[in-house]
Amino acid sequence: MTQYEAIIGLEIHAEMLTNSKMFCGCSAAYASAPEPNTYICPVCTGLPGAMPVVNKKAVELATLVGLALNCTINEHNTFARKNYYYPDLPKGYQISQYELPIASKGYLDIDTPSPLAPLPKGEGNDDSLRPAGEGSGMRVTIRRAHIEEDTAKLAHEKNSALVDFNRAGVPLLEIVTEPDMRTVEAALDYATKIRAILRYLGVNTGDMETGVLRFEANISVRPVGSEELRTRTEIKNLNSFRALTRASAYEIERQIKVYENGGIIVQETLGWDDVREVTVSQRGKEDAHDYRYFPEPDLPPLRLDRAWIESIRAQLPELPEAKTQRFVTQFELKEKEARFLTSEKALADYFEGVVSKSKSPAKTVHSWIAGEFMRYINDASMDVKDVPVAPESFAKLIDMITDKTIGASAGKTILTELFTNGGDPAQIVKEKNLAQVSDEGFILEVVTKILNDNPKEVEQYLAGKETILQWMMGQIARTTKGKADPNVARELLLKLLEERRK
Amino acid sequence: MQLHNLTIRAASEMLASKKISSVELTQATLQRAHEVDSKIQAYVTIADDVALEQAKQADERIAKGENITPLTGIPFSMKDAISTRGVRTTCSSKILENYVPQYNATVTDKLADAGAVLIGKTNMDEFGMGSSCENSGLFNTRNPWDLDRVPGGSSGGAAASMSAGLCNFAIGEDTGGSVRMPAGFCNVTGIKPTYGRVSRYGLIALASSFDSIGPMTRDAYDCATVLQYIAGHDPKDSTSYKIQVTNYHENINKPVKGMKLGIPKEYFVAGMEVGVESSIQEAIRTYEKLGMEVHEVSLPHTKYALPVYYLLLFAEASSNLARFDGTRFGLSVSKDAKDVVDIYLQTRHEGFGDEVKRRIMLGAYALSAGYYDAYYLKAQKVRTLLRQDFENAFNSVDVLLAPTCPTTAFKLGEKTSDPLEMYLSDIYVVATNPAGVPGLALPCGFSNNMPVGMQLIGKHLDEQTLFQVGHAYQQVTDWHKQNPGNR
Repeated sequence: MTQYEAIIGLEIHAEMLTNSKMFCGCSAAYASAPEPNTYICPVCTGLPGAMPVVNKKAVELATLVGLALNCTINEHNTFARKNYYYPDLPKGYQISQYELPIASKGYLDIDTPSPLAPLPKGEGNDDSLRPAGEGSGMRVTIRRAHIEEDTAKLAHEKNSALVDFNRAGVPLLEIVTEPDMRTVEAALDYATKIRAILRYLGVNTGDMETGVLRFEANISVRPVGSEELRTRTEIKNLNSFRALTRASAYEIERQIKVYENGGIIVQETLGWDDVREVTVSQRGKEDAHDYRYFPEPDLPPLRLDRAWIESIRAQLPELPEAKTQRFVTQFELKEKEARFLTSEKALADYFEGVVSKSKSPAKTVHSWIAGEFMRYINDASMDVKDVPVAPESFAKLIDMITDKTIGASAGKTILTELFTNGGDPAQIVKEKNLAQVSDEGFILEVVTKILNDNPKEVEQYLAGKETILQWMMGQIARTTKGKADPNVARELLLKLLEERRK
Repeated sequence: MQLHNLTIRAASEMLASKKISSVELTQATLQRAHEVDSKIQAYVTIADDVALEQAKQADERIAKGENITPLTGIPFSMKDAISTRGVRTTCSSKILENYVPQYNATVTDKLADAGAVLIGKTNMDEFGMGSSCENSGLFNTRNPWDLDRVPGGSSGGAAASMSAGLCNFAIGEDTGGSVRMPAGFCNVTGIKPTYGRVSRYGLIALASSFDSIGPMTRDAYDCATVLQYIAGHDPKDSTSYKIQVTNYHENINKPVKGMKLGIPKEYFVAGMEVGVESSIQEAIRTYEKLGMEVHEVSLPHTKYALPVYYLLLFAEASSNLARFDGTRFGLSVSKDAKDVVDIYLQTRHEGFGDEVKRRIMLGAYALSAGYYDAYYLKAQKVRTLLRQDFENAFNSVDVLLAPTCPTTAFKLGEKTSDPLEMYLSDIYVVATNPAGVPGLALPCGFSNNMPVGMQLIGKHLDEQTLFQVGHAYQQVTDWHKQNPGNR
């Protein structure tokens, strides 16, 4: 049977976090609007005679993203009208960018390896931008990033539809890749990294469930070794990573099956049915819109000063990839550990905050953050930036564990206390009498009592069931409320058990 | 005394000296409008309540001596393409017949701030698409000089409201001659300012890259006065110039002796009405007598102006008019509509007139994939050449002089059956709009008892010189003082 490979290109629509809309002064915080159609004005509802004015902040954010994705920022870029009729588009056209976008020709390196056959020569396919190809990972070429405005929201009723214009005109950045990715994993990796970068830059919340980040996948398949680009289909409105991966995987399989059965793929726009988990045709090529793009006459070209672009570049924060590498060298973490910590800027910042206040090794701080800390905030569905425990307090806590003032299980108790009621870790140790006891006499008493109270378990242990030891350690911790130094306790437990064997 | 034929200057002096109040002037104007306009039909809406309220406020300003401008208390008419909060704004289209804007155009606000009094909204060719007002979706306006003739277009109602004495100044809008051509037909002075000099915010767009709001007045001096108050940068219109507005009266009395007048040879070709040509030649001789040097100049790409203008206009208009879809404002026809597309189709079918539909279709075609390069893009390139024509001409002369139309006002119905014939009546006025340069129309004589108009074309943002040269002419001629009542 023929082996196939997928050719995947992604388009990402990211809402940009500005106070006001792209072309008017209305609030862009449509999600928190008190009612439908409250954050509206003549401009964003397309009243006759209203005119757009470019939101400077949105241009700044788009530039920031362009620079983070190693793009060329075009000093001269223009807005264009994309003409089509739909009730969520009040002017009958969307103001977008077409011939001259704000950013073009960039790249993003991802970790997922992807066999990369040379692309056909043509505009936009610049092989010199690609890394040599050795090692793992690959470089995804960004074709362009452009600014546009979001549409209104439709609420479909039984025999009608209602339009809420609160979202109309919210700034969007569309980031388009070349068809560089060859696997669903690579596409997911790319999408995840883009999301992290947008969050790092403060451009987008990354809250996929609210629709602030939407994907479109362009997919075709071809026999491995072939250099042709076959007909592609486009899956629109993928609103989660899950939808992105499921829909792409489904579509790749579907296309392969069609070819295997001697069929052909037709160019069409597809939707993803989340319930039935299939792609469904929305529009064939013959129904494809002719958007009749032309330069927006209401807006002069956007001219960006070189010096201004450089001033935006100076605002670029350390991005996830660079931070990961720094964490690996500076804190001697494994790449995987560092990558976890840098997956979110707030988490990385928190980690660094704790490390800077703590005398303990960074590795210890990592294991507490990756372990207990994450468990707590996940259980509480808490955002890292909302964590009420100051890095100083957490550092103190970890240091008390490191210097054996308290045991690990007392540490967990204190962390919970810090999360729920706050306070000073040392004070909590005192109040709750949680200091670790290494006194052999006290621990010996406890161990002896536990062995006497559980003859059956002792017997099982002596018969060779060594796992029972962990259960006994648990009993000790419970009896002492975690105060017994586990090393001392374990030593004594083993010693007494061996004595009983004799 | 005839109040209705006063210049702004004269009316303002009477108000200042308390010979008359703004309320009295406004009432007289409204009364005349109600009496006379049934014959002329210049107004789509006469806004009695708004007018009287504004007049009252103007009188208060005058009484307190506060914040008085040359426009305070002066009645004016506004082309119905410019948004007026609370006063319906129809663009003379059925699709907007009952549309009442929720906001004011910047020009509306500026005139209100200056204290001017809005009498009403004037008829036009639907969305500005026409040269005779016969394309109004509502009714025809007649030329006050001869009721069987058209007032010109598209600001025909505005020009008629001036020559019939139904206001003391009018606000028109010029996309491809729409102020100058009807000004010429109705013996009115009017300017198309430099593109971007007056904010377009609130002007219902025809062709966004051409549209220029401009005043129509009884003379060049008044024209400068009104432009002074409506020009300037507007943060709500990104295409408006940030450059400060010059004082348009500063040089207005300076002699024009020694200045250079250019006559574009391409504008003097066969087809011009004899009486029009002789009036223009007479005007040129008047300028010679005033000491101006007259030079023939060439605008070599003039023959492309009309196709370039119309092609780009159709393209932009097809997009600008997309918002009239029956879902949010204006006419909405949804009987038997199966889906939203039916609402679009029915509303636009019933709401738009034939000329509007024709232009939307031609424009959409010119922007379509596969045709864009050959039409739209090519036209944009030629547009650059048209602009360069003017730049080159202004290297050797200060202003250009040309007719506003090859003929005087034609009869109603004369050209309606042939759209191309109608388009040709704009041949002298369209080139300035793709080029963006200003043009001042002035009355310059009569041909078969109908007014003849000429235009002075100036450099970018050099309205000052146009007013100076126009004013100099009106100091030695009295064509502009003629009206249907006194001639």
